[in-house]
Amino acid sequence: MHIHYRSIEGRSVGFLALLGLLGAIVAVGLGAALYMEHNGHWLTGMTNQIVWGMPHVFAVFLIVAASGALNVASIASVFGRQMYKPLSRLSGLLAITLLVGGLAVLVLDLGRPDRLTVAMTYYNFKSIFAWNIFLYIGFLLVVAAYLWIMMERRMNDYSKPVGVFAFTWRLILTTGTGSIFGFLVARSAYDTAVLAPMFIVFSFAYGLAIFLLVLMAAMAWTGRAFGDAVFARLRNLLGVFIAGAFYFVLVYHLTNLYITERHGIEAFILRDGGQFTAAFWLGQVIVGYVAPFAIVYSRLGRSRAMVALAAVLVVLGGIAQMYVTIIGGQAYPMPLFADKDIIESSFFDGQVAAYTPSLPELLLGVGGIGIALIATTFAVKVLPFLPASLADADADPHYKPEAA
Amino acid sequence: MSLNRREFLGLTAVAALATPGLRLVELAQARAPEETATKLQRWGLLIDAAKCADGCDACVTACHVENGVTGHNRPATDPQWIRKVKIKDRQTGYVQTLPLMCQHCEHPPCVDVCPTGASFKRADGIVLVDKHICIGCRYCMMACPYKARSFIHEDTKDQKPHAPRGKGTVESCTLCVHKVDRGDNTTACAEACKKEGHEAILFGDLNDAGSEIRKRLASAPSTQLRPDLKLNTGVRYTGL
Repeated sequence: MHIHYRSIEGRSVGFLALLGLLGAIVAVGLGAALYMEHNGHWLTGMTNQIVWGMPHVFAVFLIVAASGALNVASIASVFGRQMYKPLSRLSGLLAITLLVGGLAVLVLDLGRPDRLTVAMTYYNFKSIFAWNIFLYIGFLLVVAAYLWIMMERRMNDYSKPVGVFAFTWRLILTTGTGSIFGFLVARSAYDTAVLAPMFIVFSFAYGLAIFLLVLMAAMAWTGRAFGDAVFARLRNLLGVFIAGAFYFVLVYHLTNLYITERHGIEAFILRDGGQFTAAFWLGQVIVGYVAPFAIVYSRLGRSRAMVALAAVLVVLGGIAQMYVTIIGGQAYPMPLFADKDIIESSFFDGQVAAYTPSLPELLLGVGGIGIALIATTFAVKVLPFLPASLADADADPHYKPEAA
Repeated sequence: MSLNRREFLGLTAVAALATPGLRLVELAQARAPEETATKLQRWGLLIDAAKCADGCDACVTACHVENGVTGHNRPATDPQWIRKVKIKDRQTGYVQTLPLMCQHCEHPPCVDVCPTGASFKRADGIVLVDKHICIGCRYCMMACPYKARSFIHEDTKDQKPHAPRGKGTVESCTLCVHKVDRGDNTTACAEACKKEGHEAILFGDLNDAGSEIRKRLASAPSTQLRPDLKLNTGVRYTGL
């Protein structure tokens, strides 16, 4: 079967308006970064207690989602599912653009972003951050090569081995991202190997949710067919990934609840943590898992608008999850003394750290999403990333229309 | 040249006497400024919490004056290289105070995680930040179990030549490395504590069997903070 891809025309008012809107979001984000950089981080919600704030929430979310966005291509090339093949190019594209967006936020939030060259030339090979620099750059190169092989007909035969390589790379990459936290022995919320596989399963859900939203928008706005069977397959897959993410969250918390040493952090996140408890139950669990799962596996899932809503909820839940993991994990005081409480300190020891996200931080984070989306929007205009049709019969060689 | 038995024995005796003597001289002398730090020393502090006075923060003031650590009256973002904490025993309610600073670990998590190698440990055990290659990622602050590090959130002023500081980088206690290298054999905090008459902080070489710190550590129980992490800290506590 031959799949037709076609770049979008990109001359409509709608297209230009979209570029303009995304461009504005990016410009505001860059402006926010400049403002924080010029004045110093004291203007943000970040402190010596909460050293990683909203920019990290968005950056890590985007990086995790980037590796997950590649899954659709992997399902086609690694696991041989034909139906996913027409989706592979967009999958690879989003993997690149989301990663670039996330990395941009990460770099712009450095204390010294002007020293990016230092980060690229001085390496401490025991640092998981240093490994990640290689994993991220490597990922961009591997996925770019993968896209080229998919787009260049002469090279199509290599799409399976390169696809397997890219898939392996992305698993290692997300392992690395989860381990940024998993390797931290100091803090009760981290210091566990489960964070690595947990981040991988999170990435499945976040990446697919963003992929689905971008695909729906692109197909609808360019008037291309998007068959019900194809749509249903992606919708159900999203449901499976949500369930998988929930499973890992359950394992993480149940394990901690068993270990006496970790009762403090669990009580904090699950019950006493104020904004973090709210972000966990309302954001991560209800918005991120329960509501979209209910939509996908109920009659509501027959409505595309509702499934799109479910995907938006997965994204919002994912941001809430990163907020709980990254900021909640820092807000809970570090256990300096096994059997003593710190009752007084000028440096906030023994206290739950206060954190209020500041507007510039938020704008920088959203700017990262803007970078990912504007790059995607531009790319689908200049190169044929999008399938000309996703009508069921066009996408799936095994598709058989049900007898009426 | 051949040696008779008496000459041979005589030379052996001289050599036997001279070798440990040379070794002792070598350990006792501070190294010259042009010499690099070596593993012969392991600098550290012994803090006696029982002698640390409630309400006294002479060590904190002295450290910040010595190193030019100034803030902007914003406690959440101002740097603190050393701070006093008051702790209460969960079971008995016993309250005591002690100073907390970089623990100068043998296996420092901050050094492990630093992507550029800006966080580093000198051969003599002092953990420092190379301000030239710190990119301000703050991963070391995430990793430090002692909350020893501060991020410089805004412009600095009144810097000391021996303690450069710059917005956007991370800093922490240097164990008064400039004083150590000068051969002062003490730190600003230890000096200040002594001046107040408390003598709760003792600086010294943990490797030197003849040093006071080593003798006191060898003669009475002491502990490290978060000993479960097995970081082998250079800062030790007694009276906890």
